[in-house]
Amino acid sequence: MMSAVKKSIVVEQLRKAQMIELLSKEKRLDNRGLMDFRPVIIETGVIDRANGSARVQVGNTQVIAGVKIEIGEPFPDTPEKGLLVVNAEVLPLASAYAEPGPPDEDAIELARVVDRGVRESQMIDLSKLVLIPGRKVYAVFVDVNVLNTDGNLFDASSYATVASIATSTMPKFYVDQNGQIKQSNEIIPLPIKGIPVSITMARIGDTLIVDPTSEEEAVMDARITLVFDEDGNLCAGQKGQPGTLNFDQVKTVANTAKVKAKEIREIIKGGITEDAKG
Amino acid sequence: MRELIDEKGLRIDGRRADELRPLRIEVGVLKNADGSSYIEMGKNKIVVAVYGPKEVHPKHQALPDRSVLRCRYHMAPFSTDVRKPPQPSRREIEISKVIREALEPALMLEEYPRTAIDIYLEVLQADGGSRCAGITASAVALADAGITMRDMVVACAAGKVSGQVVLDLNDMEDKEGEADMPVAIMPNLNQVTLLQLDGMLTPEEFEKAFEMAMNACRRIYEVQRKALMDKYFGKGEAGEE
Repeated sequence: MMSAVKKSIVVEQLRKAQMIELLSKEKRLDNRGLMDFRPVIIETGVIDRANGSARVQVGNTQVIAGVKIEIGEPFPDTPEKGLLVVNAEVLPLASAYAEPGPPDEDAIELARVVDRGVRESQMIDLSKLVLIPGRKVYAVFVDVNVLNTDGNLFDASSYATVASIATSTMPKFYVDQNGQIKQSNEIIPLPIKGIPVSITMARIGDTLIVDPTSEEEAVMDARITLVFDEDGNLCAGQKGQPGTLNFDQVKTVANTAKVKAKEIREIIKGGITEDAKG
Repeated sequence: MRELIDEKGLRIDGRRADELRPLRIEVGVLKNADGSSYIEMGKNKIVVAVYGPKEVHPKHQALPDRSVLRCRYHMAPFSTDVRKPPQPSRREIEISKVIREALEPALMLEEYPRTAIDIYLEVLQADGGSRCAGITASAVALADAGITMRDMVVACAAGKVSGQVVLDLNDMEDKEGEADMPVAIMPNLNQVTLLQLDGMLTPEEFEKAFEMAMNACRRIYEVQRKALMDKYFGKGEAGEE
């Protein structure tokens, strides 16, 4: 059960009936079209102490992501790759129904789906983050904090993660003659190969919508997130919620999301270049 | 990178691209459980128990209009090459959630208000595709427990290995291949209940892998049916009347 959303069975059923009625006329409570995103606002470089950071607003949903880069040991099964760790938390200040405590299954799923998109799109060339193979590598930690929930945490968290990684800088480290890791004065960016874009859609009744709000998520049957790389390939996906999609709906989602991803990529790139200009 | 498909088009375990690993399902393997099953799919060995419908503890979890479905996917420490610490990992927590959400659409939980149904999956030996094998086995265990169901749920992964779309990835193909996409469906209602993708596919490959996984699900469904028929109608009498 979504910790950040209050569910009441009676209200849920009433709302759902109302929502389905509205959606059958292709209308949404906030007057958006079925395939329209809410305004997406991306600001980067918002935390000076972080190597990279981004605040993302998707309508009233607000998240902030910060990147910290350290020197660490690689995973035993990938000795020649740097580390990437994505964590997500819905902070208690994010909604009346969020509670403090360790990440619950929703937050864990959120972090893992965001991580999968960044990792599988090969956004960061992790093979370039190795100092001593098998022993010392750069470790990129991305922490996503949800500040205000109003649905579609998956996409908002993904955009914040991607924008913060794309604008991260770090001191260049090197291995000296004695095999010690030393920090140089040179500041370098992360080796970025492309910008992955996550698109989340929801099925309510027979209608598919993009970028669901909290109200829509409270009554949705199923949720599906797909992540696309720059060439329009799929690199991660996750169906969520105890509802189903039929085969045609899956194909419709794949086709629609691909188009939407292109549109959102421009917004993310805009947020990233804003930062580069200073 | 190791060659995962040879010049004859055969995979490291000798399978063709659209071939399943050996599959075996047994029903009613644990006496205490209300329903149980055991599945072997390739090197996967998974035992599933269903307890319920039963009283809900803690009580505040109870729902007035339906049963609460709970699910725990857990890997035994000895199930993998490197010992897996027994406490649930983030991966296991996510998989428990997606398995629960894959099974829930098939269950008529509204038949059992104010109760809980617990599904416990123990992976005794892990190979690629353990969540799919786990879902397939769980549906059988739920049927064995006599829970009212709309349809069975059956799962299988497809993915991409050495540039080719292949079915039912084993552990090495999962780790070293380009993409893995677990899919679960309700085979009679034609609904997708689980879809995950980990890795890169073009839109055409996505469609091909999706079709391949769905066709395999229908084959696995027949094995589920036969396993249940064998238990409830005796061996040899399974199948059509």
